[in-house]
Amino acid sequence: MRQVTGKGLAAVGLLVAVAVWLVWNFSESPAAFLRVSIIGLQNGALYALIALGYTLVYGIIELINFAHGDLFMLGSLFGMFLLAQSGQDASNPATWLLLIGIIAATMVFCGTLNMTIERVAYRPLRNAPKLAPLITAIGMSFILQNIGLIWNGPGQVSVPVVLPNEVLFTIGGVGINSIPLIIVGVTIPLLLLLTWIVRSTKPGKAMRATAQDADGARLMGINVNRTIAFTFALGGLMAGAAGVLYAQAVSTTRWDQGFQLGLISFTAAVLGGIGNLRGAVLGAVLIGFIQALNEGLPHGAGAQWSQSLVFSILILILVFKPEGLLGEQTPEKV
Amino acid sequence: MSSPTAESVTQVGSGDRGSAAPVLEVEGLRVFYGNIEAVKGVSIKVHPGEIVTLIGSNGAGKTTTLRAISGLNAPRHGTITFEGKSIGGRPGHEIVKLGIAQSPEGRKIFGRMSVQENLELGAFQRTDKDGIKDDVARVFDLFPRLKERINQRAGTMSGGEQQMLAMGRALMARPKLLMLDEPSMGLAPVLVDLIFETVKEVNAQGTTILMVEQNALAALDVARYAYVLESGKIKLEGPAAALATNDEVRKAYLGEG
Ligand SMILES: Nc1ncnc2c1ncn2[C@@H]1O[C@H](COP(=O)(O)OP(=O)(O)OP(=O)(O)O)[C@@H](O)[C@H]1O
Ligand SMILES: [Mg+2]
Repeated sequence: MRQVTGKGLAAVGLLVAVAVWLVWNFSESPAAFLRVSIIGLQNGALYALIALGYTLVYGIIELINFAHGDLFMLGSLFGMFLLAQSGQDASNPATWLLLIGIIAATMVFCGTLNMTIERVAYRPLRNAPKLAPLITAIGMSFILQNIGLIWNGPGQVSVPVVLPNEVLFTIGGVGINSIPLIIVGVTIPLLLLLTWIVRSTKPGKAMRATAQDADGARLMGINVNRTIAFTFALGGLMAGAAGVLYAQAVSTTRWDQGFQLGLISFTAAVLGGIGNLRGAVLGAVLIGFIQALNEGLPHGAGAQWSQSLVFSILILILVFKPEGLLGEQTPEKV
Repeated sequence: MSSPTAESVTQVGSGDRGSAAPVLEVEGLRVFYGNIEAVKGVSIKVHPGEIVTLIGSNGAGKTTTLRAISGLNAPRHGTITFEGKSIGGRPGHEIVKLGIAQSPEGRKIFGRMSVQENLELGAFQRTDKDGIKDDVARVFDLFPRLKERINQRAGTMSGGEQQMLAMGRALMARPKLLMLDEPSMGLAPVLVDLIFETVKEVNAQGTTILMVEQNALAALDVARYAYVLESGKIKLEGPAAALATNDEVRKAYLGEG
């Protein structure tokens, strides 16, 4: 028999309230609902790419890598720098080919940078108390932000959008724009690729083994340091892709964009169950939706409440389901 | 560098172990956790083909000794030599590659992976697909129970089954030297017998074994040579049969007195 607890009742009440709000909005304006949902999906995809970097690293060394959002920011700057160097603009139809090259180069850039950060800043603290690498990560976040500040200047910088930006088709009076679809279309194969790497390749198996028991992994002949570096590289690759796509979606870059996006994505990772890959994607999509619905629906709190909303979700999840939606209740390692 | 003072090891019975060079030689090993010295100058030898056991009471330093050999803890002093190569302080994955595998204390199986995946991880360094398949089959021969649970999540298995898995997984590396840390820990008597039978069988198939045990009686029964560790130091050593009849051992470790 299941015990009905106060917490359980509160959770059910909350879900019912959210459902009522959704139905109310949907019945009033299905078109707005659709438009907003597509934005939500796009943002969810971007959050997912970033959230994976948090969750992979947390999964393997239990570090909240505060610098990860800023790595994503540097990805945006690097990608847009490459784009500017190329001298191309949206008028050239072959630009999307160029963009694929830029995404790939930026992924490699961020992957390498993340590996370097791990090597220089976190590995020397491997056996130190957990607080030490955590504080180092915060310091690393400041360093990366300052690099961004010097590189990009203190303000918002406009960047050319070369992703084809056109209405592809219309559903119920709502024009479906190509950019969100492209972003989702790039993200899904990346997520599948990552899943395949982690699930089926040898380095992926080494990652999962190390995440469960590092000493056990060593006894299997797994090079744990190399495996951790590989994990940072994977997280960096995803952040790099997110950096380019995000800059194209919002057509600006900013030295502190990583702070907000990082926090939201981190929340997504916690919502899904930190350390769990599918959880990070689920959490990211949920938060993308919630945020977009809140900002775009006729009866929503509006954009000024988005931050508060996201952090309320973080607090609620920590109270009601600290292991996250898909996380497992595993006892602390002994 | 301070070397440990002359050890006062009591040799029980004959120390003669044949003319073959030892496959593993630990000399004056000292291991620290922070400032605490857990292993205080341990010297042991394992000759090819032997089952050697390391017995001693809780906290004597048995696990720490095995961890140092496997490269999980760095020795502060002393040498560890395997097949003539100095391996002290090398990272764990290199030591596995050289041919030393361990079924560790606490088993350290990968609880969220299947039995099959755990066994495959045991062969992580190997690339001979066919050989790996053969060895999975061999492990299933040794422990038919594991075969029934091939797709079960290892973490949901019973303690005994997990112990079998830990041992099978270590065998998957095809080690020259297999180290077992308390393989009978927490098992029902029938299973204890099975484990020790398996240890003998694996040894008969050609694997040299270094085994840590609390169950001194059973360990001395299967081992050729034995060391008694006390407070981080080797106190007694000798052929297992000789130690089993030694008064001191019987009083302290075999529950007689
Ligand atoms: N991680 C650690 N940090 C600090 N001290 C430790 C640690 N691990 C072991 N020790 C200490 O080192 C000493 C030797 O421990 P070890 O685990 O090697 O003993 P053992 O002979 O294997 O004991 P048992 O039979 O209980 O397994 C003990 O005093 C123990 O408290
Ligand atoms: Mg022990």
